[in-house]
This record gives sequence, structure tokens and C-alpha cells, in this order.
Amino acid sequence: MNIHEYQAKALLKGYGAPVAEGVAILKVEEAEAAAKQLPGPLYVVKSQIHAGGRGKGKFKELGPDAKGGVRLAKSIEEVVAHAKDMLGNTLVTAQTGEAGKQVNRLYIEDGADIDRELYCSLLVDRSVGQVAFVVSTEGGMDIEAVAHDTPEKIHTIAIDPETGVTADDVAKISKALELSGAAAEDAKSLFPALYKAFGEKDMALLEVNPLIVMKDGHLRVLDAKMSFDGNALFRHDDVKALRDETEEDSKEIEASKWDLAYVALDGNIGCMVNGAGLAMATMDIIKLYGKEPANFCDVGGGAGKEKVAAAFKIITADPKVEGILVNIFGGIMRCDVIAEGVVAAVQEVGLKVPLVVRLEGTNVELGKKILNESGLAITAADDLDDAAKKIVAAIKA
Amino acid sequence: MSILVNKDTKILVQGLTGKTGTFHTEQALAYYGTKMVGGIHPKKGGETWSSGVDGTALPIFASVAEAKERTGADATVIYVPPAGAADAIIEAIEAEVPFITCITEGIPVMDMVRVKAKLDKSKSRLLGPNCPGVLTPEECKIGIMPGSIFRKGSVGIVSRSGTLTYEAVFQTSNEGLGQTTAVGIGGDPVKGTEFIDMLEMFLADDATQSIIMIGEIGGSAEEDAAQFLIDEAKKGRKKPMAGFIAGRTAPKGRTMGHAGAVVSGGKGDAESKIAAMEAAGIKVSPSPARLGKTLVEVLKG
Repeated sequence: MNIHEYQAKALLKGYGAPVAEGVAILKVEEAEAAAKQLPGPLYVVKSQIHAGGRGKGKFKELGPDAKGGVRLAKSIEEVVAHAKDMLGNTLVTAQTGEAGKQVNRLYIEDGADIDRELYCSLLVDRSVGQVAFVVSTEGGMDIEAVAHDTPEKIHTIAIDPETGVTADDVAKISKALELSGAAAEDAKSLFPALYKAFGEKDMALLEVNPLIVMKDGHLRVLDAKMSFDGNALFRHDDVKALRDETEEDSKEIEASKWDLAYVALDGNIGCMVNGAGLAMATMDIIKLYGKEPANFCDVGGGAGKEKVAAAFKIITADPKVEGILVNIFGGIMRCDVIAEGVVAAVQEVGLKVPLVVRLEGTNVELGKKILNESGLAITAADDLDDAAKKIVAAIKA
Repeated sequence: MSILVNKDTKILVQGLTGKTGTFHTEQALAYYGTKMVGGIHPKKGGETWSSGVDGTALPIFASVAEAKERTGADATVIYVPPAGAADAIIEAIEAEVPFITCITEGIPVMDMVRVKAKLDKSKSRLLGPNCPGVLTPEECKIGIMPGSIFRKGSVGIVSRSGTLTYEAVFQTSNEGLGQTTAVGIGGDPVKGTEFIDMLEMFLADDATQSIIMIGEIGGSAEEDAAQFLIDEAKKGRKKPMAGFIAGRTAPKGRTMGHAGAVVSGGKGDAESKIAAMEAAGIKVSPSPARLGKTLVEVLKG
């Protein structure tokens, strides 16, 4: 789960991290009052969407010459003018795709005098099974490009969970970021605070890009991107409350209510599969036969009939879907349960597109019998290869 | 021969009394008499669990340490729900159970970071979490794999995905090759056992004549395994291998069901894994439906 920059900064502020003063707004009318709460005379007006590259992004409605999704303002009037320009319009960045994202929230922040821009992120380094700081002196830009062009400028410092961030760790991070003076002093509290926040809130990623050294020599978190481990949300009601459903795909929200692993994609063959690996492999084999999957959908190992029916309904409700492939290798999942769920869903919502079903594993004969006796126009497939060929042929016909 | 488990492996169940634990323990007992020897429940020590299928009774102990002491178990399987699963693993580590399998899906990553720190200082091996377990045909079944698709034979199978493990088992059974042991290492980013550990065991196992390795997007475990195979081949240790990588079509930055299946920061994409595996001499099938056939082609040379 992702949250907005302003929410991430508020959370970090609670851990004592240095962030600028700022106010989030939802309406243009709130802009003036928000700006008046800040010291000025320099303000930053920042679009709050769950995607990066906002500064270089362009608003669809404003034409190519208009300013991007992060703007400087030198007066309160300018803040208001920017808010009018940005709120409600669609920001297209390198990460949003062509459709872009509507800007429904702005964050108005006190401006900073920047000396240097650095990069700092925390994530779980799976090769060692520890939380690691990834830092670079090359902040403020796309870190993937830095990793590609100058990998030597990226430093990874893994933290032993039994000691936490030690003075030695701080020294390593500070050296990698070439910090000195006031910044090196700030580092002694900032990096342990970031680590504490990451662990206590079960984050999956905490990215501060840029972390800045200001002209006065102090550190400041200028931008913050935060995502959380979905598996740990059960113990963080405060984090769950920050979820902004307008940022998510409606089909994915519906799927999450049923605890289905579902990812919306751009193709036109809907998939329903058990197991994440098999679900990915099913997408891959569709592509191998020249078509594109409309979604990733793993109904999981222990799904009941209702969950299967819910998944089927989400898939059929997608207007892009021209055909559906159900691929089940039942281990714990019984084929008869899948068959009953599919039949129930089809009887409720109808079937307007070709449906190919491949069943294998536990209770496969019973499952096939249920499908055959349902009287529905379902094409049975013998194996995964056969299933992929049949669905691709069906939508081409 | 086989790896990890055989007909003599004695297994405890943490989470035996729950619905999932009960179902799969019944299944395991029914699979060639897998030696399930007891369950653990902190409040039900002294009670007895009995199978709804054939009435087999198992003693329940209050702690893993006590259960191990009383039964001589050398393995444990964990079906405890996500919120308590990490503590269940740690209890097994502290009781010095040599082989721990955790089936539970959805354990918070930070909990696994805590587990990993303890595990690294212990002598226990952890398989999983978020894995289907391990099965040696006609001898022992730990976890949730469907026993009916297995056939005793010569292929060692190791996979990050449960259902793709079944595909590989099913296809190698259909080709008449059968399996020595199939191991699902699990789809989480922080886990106990990686490909390298299992490949080492399969290379050392005389009965294993060929290996299927199934990876997926995310992390660099497949690349590490490929490098290991290249290094071992230089020492003259090499077996015919086929493979598959799931997630070629997955979009960047999206987690595909398994918590560990995500291409992030420009790392973990399918193409680099396939290239690394092929460089190590593994024939990578473009289709998940051709794992068995691909291995047969490799064996025919």
C-alpha cells in the first residue's frame, strides 16, 4: 500500500525527522489560508499523486508549455494561481502512463535553500534478509538511471536487526553521502529515526529523494515516498487510515476486499488461476501465443466457491476482456469448488465472451462433470498448452 | 535416495488443531504413512488429536521443546496463521529442531527479518515460508503438495512457486521420469532456504539424475544459483537441467501475488534470470507447459 508524500512526511516528523512545514489541501479555496500558515517568502506547491516524476510531469489540460506538477511560488497569490492551475487536472509523468492521474490533493510547503541533493532509501535487502540503507550523492534524479550509468555511486549498508543502526553504520552512511559539519550531526539522529520508522510501521520501501543539505548546512527530507507491507497492515490501523482509494484501480480495490491477488493489465484475455507462479506463467503462455493478458489473478490455495465467483465477476466486468482462461492445478484447491464457483458466477452475471477452463489435480473428474452438466458454453482444455491455444483461437475467431 | 526427507523423518505439526493443519496432517498420514508424531498447542498440551479419516491419534504437547524431547522428532511443519507464524518458527529454532517447514502465507517481512537473524545463528534449516513444502515420493510428504501426481523416479525439482512445482511434477510423471524429491522454497522475499542449498543437495544425491529449477521475477536468487552451478561445473559436478522463469509479462513495480515477485529498482526481471540460467547450461523452456518435454530433450542430448 502506498501513501502520499504529505502523509509520509507527517509520519516521519513524528519520528523526529527534519521536514519542512506544510499544509495539504483538497480545494482551491483552501490555498490562501494554507499558505498564510507558512513563513514564506518561498513556497512549493506539490501535486499529491501516487507516482514519481511529478516535477517533470505535464498537465494534459494545460498544454506542453505549462509548468509541471511541482511548482515554486514567491507569493501567496502565486500559490493560489498554481492551485487553480493544478487541482482537478490530469498529471502525466514517466510513471503514470499516458492516461495520467487526476490531481485531487496539493501539498503547500515552505521552500528550502538547497546546497546539495542526495538519495536515501530503506528497503529489505533480500540477499541478506536485513533492512538496508541505499544511499547516493546523486539525489533528485531517477535512481535507476544512476544505478545503470554509475553503479559505483550507489552504496548499500545493511543493518543487523539485533543491534539496529549503530554509530558505525551512521558513519558509513555519512561517509557515502559525504556529510560533514551540521549535516553529519543531523545524520546521527536522522538515520536511526528512519530505520525505526521503517521497522515499527512495517514499511516495504521508504525513499527520501532528495534528501537535501541546505545552505545552512542542515539536512532536510525534501521528498518522501513510502509503501507498506500489505501483510502487516493488520497491525497498523493508523497506516490503513491513510489509504487513498482514488489512487487505485477499482477492480483491484474490489479484489482486495475478497483477499484476491489481482493486478489489472492492458490485454484482453482475462485469467483466473490458483497460485502466484502459475498465474504469472499463464500470462506468459498467453503472450507466447501472441495475445496479452487482461489481468493477473491468483485466487489462492484455499478459496471457497464465493471467492471464486467474486473473482470471476471482477474479470468479466472488465470491458477489455474478450475471452477468459481459467487455469487451476488443484493441490489444496479442489477442482469441484472451482467449477461450482465458475458456474454460480456465470449463472448470475451471464457469459458474453468465450471461456476456456483447464482443471487438473484434486477432484478433477468431479470438477469436469460439474462444468459439463452445467449446460454452459465452456470449452474444456486438457493441459496448460491446450488451454492457451484454445483461448487465443477463440478470441481471434 | 532423496533429499531433506525420507521414510524415517519424524514430523511435528505446529498449528495441528486448526482446520488447515488438520486437513494436511490427515493427507500426510495417508501418504505412504508419513511419520507424523505429534502436534503443538500451548493450551492443549496432554490432549490427543485424531484423524477424521482413519482415526490415527497424535499426542499434543504444550511446547516444541517438549514435543521434540518426547517424540524424537527431527522435523516440524508450521500451519500457524501469519500473525503468530514468526514466533512459531523461532520456537522451533530455539528447540533446535533440525528441519523446519513453514507453509504459512502472508507473514510480515519484518517478522521474517527477525526470524532470519535467529536462524543464521542456529543449526536449523528453514524451508519457506509461503511454500508448499517438500515431498519424497512413496516415503514422506511435508506440506500441501498433492501426493497423487508424484511418481518415484530420478528428477529433483526445486521451485519458488507451489502450483508450478505441481506442473513440473505432473509433467515429469507423465514423461515416465518421476521424482527423487520435490521442494518448494516459497515466494517470500526473506526466506530460509534458497535455490543454491537445494541444488547442492541434488548434485550430491546419487539417485537424482536430472534437475528442474523453476524461478520467478524478483530478487537475484536465480542469478546466484546460476553462478553456483557454473562454479560447481568447473569442479566436475554437473547434472542435466531444465528450467522456467515465471513473470516475463509482469509489469515493473507491481507485486505479483507472491510478496517476493516484483521487479523493482531495475532488478529481478525475467530476461536476466533466463540469460543467467542458460549461461549455466540450464535449458529454459519458454512455456510452462513444456517443462517435462524440455527435460526429456536435454536428457536425449
